[in-house]
Amino acid sequence: MTASPPALRSRSRPDNQALLSRSDLASPHRFLSLARVLVPTFAALALVLTGLGLVLGFRAPPDYQQGETVRIMYIHVPAAWISLAAYTLMAVASLGTLVWRHPLADVAAKTAAPIGAAFCLLCLVTGALWGRPMWGAYWVWDPRLTSELVLFLLYLGVIALWNAIEDAGRAGRAAAILTLVGFINVPIVKFSVEWWSSLHQGASVFRPGGPAIHPSILWPLMISAAGFTALFFALHVAAMRNEILRRRLRTLGILAAAEADVR
Amino acid sequence: MNAALAAIVKRDLKLALRAGGGAGIGVIFFLAVVTIVPFAVGPDLPLLKRIGAAVLWIGALLASLLGLERIFAADHEDGSLDLLFLAPAPLVLTAAAKALAHWIATGLPLVVMAPVLGLMLGIDPRALAAVTATLLAGTPAVTFIGLIAGALAVTLPRSGLLVAVLVLPLAIPLLIFGVAATDAAVTNEVPFGAPFRLLCAISLFFFVLGPIAAAAALRHARE
Amino acid sequence: MRLLAENLSSMRGGRVLFQGLSFAMGAGEALMVIGPNGSGKTTLLRLIAGLLPPTAGRTALAGSEDPVSEAVHFVGYQDALKGALTVRENLAFYKSLFGGSGDAVDEALGRMGVGTLAMLPAQVLSAGQRRRAALARLLVSHRPIWLLDEPANTLDADGQTLLTRLMDEHRKRGGIVIAAAHVRLDLPAAREISLGGAA
Repeated sequence: MTASPPALRSRSRPDNQALLSRSDLASPHRFLSLARVLVPTFAALALVLTGLGLVLGFRAPPDYQQGETVRIMYIHVPAAWISLAAYTLMAVASLGTLVWRHPLADVAAKTAAPIGAAFCLLCLVTGALWGRPMWGAYWVWDPRLTSELVLFLLYLGVIALWNAIEDAGRAGRAAAILTLVGFINVPIVKFSVEWWSSLHQGASVFRPGGPAIHPSILWPLMISAAGFTALFFALHVAAMRNEILRRRLRTLGILAAAEADVR
Repeated sequence: MNAALAAIVKRDLKLALRAGGGAGIGVIFFLAVVTIVPFAVGPDLPLLKRIGAAVLWIGALLASLLGLERIFAADHEDGSLDLLFLAPAPLVLTAAAKALAHWIATGLPLVVMAPVLGLMLGIDPRALAAVTATLLAGTPAVTFIGLIAGALAVTLPRSGLLVAVLVLPLAIPLLIFGVAATDAAVTNEVPFGAPFRLLCAISLFFFVLGPIAAAAALRHARE
Repeated sequence: MRLLAENLSSMRGGRVLFQGLSFAMGAGEALMVIGPNGSGKTTLLRLIAGLLPPTAGRTALAGSEDPVSEAVHFVGYQDALKGALTVRENLAFYKSLFGGSGDAVDEALGRMGVGTLAMLPAQVLSAGQRRRAALARLLVSHRPIWLLDEPANTLDADGQTLLTRLMDEHRKRGGIVIAAAHVRLDLPAAREISLGGAA
């Protein structure tokens, strides 16, 4: 029996490890080993499918009205779909944080935001590049692109909120509430933007129609979309892995400081 | 002393860029302001083109105000403002160093974003270059005006809108000449140089007045 | 190096905290300011540092035109550490800011017993660790006059011993220590000013 007082004993090294394994850092163990398989798989799928989609897209017939520039659609449309799907994923993850309290939910939500925002930005930029030859201007505030711009602002807001709050738990809950509020508002925004656009029918320069979905165009579009989906998941899983490791590092730092105090 | 001032700039930049520091939020706000204007006036491209420079200036002005009320408040709260008083470097220069760091973190990104947002408003390239140049000359002055307001409001707990109220009237000359210079670049009725030089002169005036008034305000807040 | 105070008076919020305070301190001397909470100890220290103007009287360095504020280190009840920066970054900033000669940052942190925490962000440190890191400021830039406001506040027994040793060494090197506390600090041969009680 040593003479050390019980109080010192309770802060010894083994107990800290026990705390670590009992905390929410435990379930990520399984996720991390899963990630090691998932990331390369999704990345390979992304490469193959996107490549295939783009190649088929270039071989498909050009649009009778817009010529070759319509091909940018094979990037623009899937990017739009992914940006909306990613926000939906964030909304589901937000429910996971608030309702089911799943430990990985806020990691999923936090990491999906920048990736979804990037696809959103890709959609906006390709939309502008597509618009230039078609409408003569880079941006004409047409309803579809404008709705996408508002979605981009919603993304940026969530990312800003994550960065503003220090404590990861509180940031996760705050961002979850914001994401759900934004998600509920997406149809409202879409509706009002369409209404606003139709209201100014006379003043606006063009009322561009969307691309007609022709069967020979549909296949490359779908394949490209599948490729983008795989790309999203590859990036997302990798980002989740990074975030888990980052949080672990931070906890180790805090534990090191606490332990130094005992010594 | 240069090392001390450089250390202040570096520290404030690091704080702005790290989590909770608020970097990037100014740009998002700028984008948001530009986005909501068409919803208010309609997607009328010729109209947007005409008011484009004004919208950019208003957006940049409002976005610059972000975080200005905290420019001294954070230091005041943790006791590091006291230490800035005790440093060998004169308070006027340390205040100027903080303003420089704030502009690099908040104002400069706005200038970089302005051409992109200008495209969305349909501003033509010549006007785009002009408005970017005016923002480059004008946004530092906004920061230096904000320095004064931030120093005046340093001991107040909820001073955000107060700082905006104090800064906006002083910033009106910058707004006038900034937009005028941009219009001049497009219409060529007045040569671009004339209002632009006036804008630069007003900016230089605030570069000097800002730190001096801010240092005086900080000293007087101590009594 | 002599610190002179003549006829210092301070009135805050309509209340006279002290008046007619005069003293002169030479190299190696120490002054303890004691008194209950609210008696004006912090005000007096801030006044000497030049952070507050006195209602009457003045402070000066004997035989020098330099302001007192450039010869003092002030350690108040706040730690003046930025949570988002690492401990090392915080101290390196103060070393650059105050200039002059002093110990290297890592040396100073090691001396204060927080060397192993140098690369951690300051916000994860405990209160006692932050206080030690804040005191390291005294080592990275040497200034003759130390103004310490309740310096032992969050320190454990080891920390207080370390602080006592620091103050002793500083005085042996010719420095001046003025400390405010509502509990007596271990300052041998220190003069005393008692505020807020019977004059």
